[in-house]
Amino acid sequence: MPYTIAVNGQKRTIDVDGDMPLLWVLRDELDLKGSKFGCGAGLCGACTVHLDGEPVRSCSTPISSVGDAAVSTIEGMSADPVGKKLQAAWMELDVPQCGYCQAGQIMSATALLTKNPHPTDREIDAAMTGNVCRCATYTRIRAAIKKAASLRTAATEVK
Amino acid sequence: MAALLTATRDRAPFSASRRAFLKASAAVGGGLLLQATLAPLARVAMAAAAGEGLSVNAFIRIAPDNIVTILSKNPEIGQGIKTMLPMVIAEELDVEWKNVRIEQAPLDEAKFGRQFAGGSQATPLNYDPLRRVGAAGRQMLVTAAAQGWNVPVGECRTEAGVVHHDKSGRSLAYGALAETAAALPVPDLASVTLKDPKTFKIIGQRMPGVDNPKIVTGQPLFGIDVAVPGMLHAVFQKCPVFGGTVKSANIDALKALPGVHDAFIVRAKEANPSGDPQGLADGVAIVAKSWWVASQAREKLEVIWDEGATAEQSSEGFAATAAKLNEGAPASYLRRDGDVATALKSAAHVVEAAYSYPFLSHIDLEPQNCTAHYQDGKVTFWAPTQLPGPGAALVAKTLGISTGDITVNMTRIGGGFGRRLRNDFMAEAAWISRQVGAPVKLLWNRRDDMQHDFYRPAGFHFFKGGLDKSGKLVAFSDHFVTFKRGNALADSAMMDANEFPAQLVPHLDYGQSTMALGVPTGPLRAPRSNALGFVFQSFIDELAHKAGKDPLAFRLAILGERRVLVNSSGTPNALRDFDTGRMHDVLVRVAEVSSWAHRRSLPKRTGKGIAFYFSHLGYFAEVVQATVTPAGEVKLDHVWIAADVGSQIINPSGAENQVQGAALDGLGAALGQAITIDRGRVVQANFDTVKPLRMEQAPPVEVHFLTTAHPPTGLGEPALPPVIPALCNAIFAATGKRVRSLPIDSAMLKV
Repeated sequence: MPYTIAVNGQKRTIDVDGDMPLLWVLRDELDLKGSKFGCGAGLCGACTVHLDGEPVRSCSTPISSVGDAAVSTIEGMSADPVGKKLQAAWMELDVPQCGYCQAGQIMSATALLTKNPHPTDREIDAAMTGNVCRCATYTRIRAAIKKAASLRTAATEVK
Repeated sequence: MAALLTATRDRAPFSASRRAFLKASAAVGGGLLLQATLAPLARVAMAAAAGEGLSVNAFIRIAPDNIVTILSKNPEIGQGIKTMLPMVIAEELDVEWKNVRIEQAPLDEAKFGRQFAGGSQATPLNYDPLRRVGAAGRQMLVTAAAQGWNVPVGECRTEAGVVHHDKSGRSLAYGALAETAAALPVPDLASVTLKDPKTFKIIGQRMPGVDNPKIVTGQPLFGIDVAVPGMLHAVFQKCPVFGGTVKSANIDALKALPGVHDAFIVRAKEANPSGDPQGLADGVAIVAKSWWVASQAREKLEVIWDEGATAEQSSEGFAATAAKLNEGAPASYLRRDGDVATALKSAAHVVEAAYSYPFLSHIDLEPQNCTAHYQDGKVTFWAPTQLPGPGAALVAKTLGISTGDITVNMTRIGGGFGRRLRNDFMAEAAWISRQVGAPVKLLWNRRDDMQHDFYRPAGFHFFKGGLDKSGKLVAFSDHFVTFKRGNALADSAMMDANEFPAQLVPHLDYGQSTMALGVPTGPLRAPRSNALGFVFQSFIDELAHKAGKDPLAFRLAILGERRVLVNSSGTPNALRDFDTGRMHDVLVRVAEVSSWAHRRSLPKRTGKGIAFYFSHLGYFAEVVQATVTPAGEVKLDHVWIAADVGSQIINPSGAENQVQGAALDGLGAALGQAITIDRGRVVQANFDTVKPLRMEQAPPVEVHFLTTAHPPTGLGEPALPPVIPALCNAIFAATGKRVRSLPIDSAMLKV
């Protein structure tokens, strides 16, 4: 049946089964390939997107459950002030190795910093534990989150 | 390696005489002796084709606006090669990195030399040849300028993509010289002048990955992201027992499902008569308008399998058989030095220990996938493969076509770790595409990926060591129980006769016995070494403690004087010859940076462990500090690594990332990963039971590179092997409990 969802601020209508996961709607119906398939069971975080700002595993989120929630994906992060700073920090610190998990990492990190601009190491661990990096770039992910947090502070202070 | 730059005004095909090749020639005694053979280049040229403003050839294009496009020849699996190899060319070409654009080369080994990602070989194979490619290009540009100005070449110099003649104050940018330079004879690559490394401006700088902007914004890059007009999506169900075949399946019911384009049984016998696990296997393909629809249809699939001859094998059974085999003498010996039996009898102390490690899956985060389009006897691929050439050869054999009719576009790869050195997914995708007459993207789910891998083989080692009164190691014995497939050792299940401490202990033997195995095995990051490092460096630690010696001092004493131990074949081979001095130096360095001497002042149940390993031409010594909770949980506090990979770290940012990642990879495997075989099939199916390392487990990893006078070597693998024994030795220091089996069993470490 047809579903209309709001993805990165745009209304999109797709005609699919209600149990089709949001991940596959994004990737194969809407051609947004940034969210990745890793495990299909909410265990790796590669598919992380936001529903109304909350990080969710889109591989385990049926399209029928999305409703009116605002869907944000990695493709929308350049327009998100926090997401943009995280992207810049990721590039500055050269975080990625293979890069496959990094969209999901940035989505989880964006949700974290939006709510908690200055997370402690323990809060970073708690927010990021659902995101596997098989290349284990964790040291740099942590550093990039801290870097982005400091950039955010600087921007606020200038104002 | 081919040509640098070429005139393409006529777009003539390259003749063989224009090409140079990289060759890896097999050395006597196994292994690869790596050398770059620079065939004389009849001609390498470059030009700016008028109008398009480009010249096209293997590696370099220079446009009139001075933008330099460099092709990166090898698959990018996260090892950073797409950034690093072009850095080497750009340095010697003498251009500014900001003006360099990088493109992934397609598979064309006649132009680019060997194209693969494996064995940490890209640096040793390509560093010198690609420097020469860049230098030859620079020389041609200088010559073009000098001729135009009618001045001696020797009076010209280059800087940042511009040729200068200081005497006359003239200068010309490369973009203005490219077309003229293209018409010049190509210098002999062997005789071009290379830069003094002291003047490097790009090599040695921290360069971020070239695909980072696309990665952080979610643009399509990976195999799974490929979309081709008219493309269908496929799933492929194989027998859970390796090598099993299809008796029957409910194909008609599947075909009737909405959205399903086709469903069919693949019978592999004719295409793969020997049942090679790397080739096509029996299964059921379901092709649909979307992957989700195909996956849903698969839920309704009913197959009756013939599970074949190995359906009774199990991990439990292998362990029992290995123990039983150890009751007898080894079936064969890799080496026998001195008289181990007598030496053990007269030793002051004898230590015996049985070690084992499990099968492991690669768990690439991007599941195996491949897009293929079969059309009129030709196939085009968009393939995440570490070995595109052999992939094309496999497909040619499977479909009965010529490799010349196969085009392979290489995508960025979401993790390799050795899994994508096997190209089974290419054979499957091509087969399915041919059957349905449309381009097909085949995508495995996580269960497929974990249950149809080429696993790091399990193994069993039964050690004995003898110490004299002074605590010196005088006798050493290993009975290695491993696997065979047919009459040969299983893939990646072998041990080298030169494994440390061979040649350093007077009485030493390495015996070997084998068990038949139906499970496909293959290389996993630092193949063989990732397991042998654990068992040998852990047992050495046991011996050190029995001898009452500092584990560092004990190791240094075994290494002894500085020398190169040529492997026992007698033919020098850099991959197998062991430089005790280089290892000594990294051990001493890691001890310094980790405050090894003060390790006894750590809190209770916190310990430091040390280990070293030589693999993939790299010398690595590592210290892990770990704390074991009363509940037996292992917390990783810190890792220190000292490495000697030669004279030059090409991209320090990428290099550190590789070393840190490799160490954390090993730690993750040691803490949470095993593949268990039961009734001939894999038990685990996802990340709930095979546990990748997570953020909260990851300790800081300090990396220290020693700069030595040796040629630069690779970094994808050699940091991994020593980290596991360093951890296990730290756990011993913290708890007095010796880990002899992986993954680490926290129940054993409880107070």
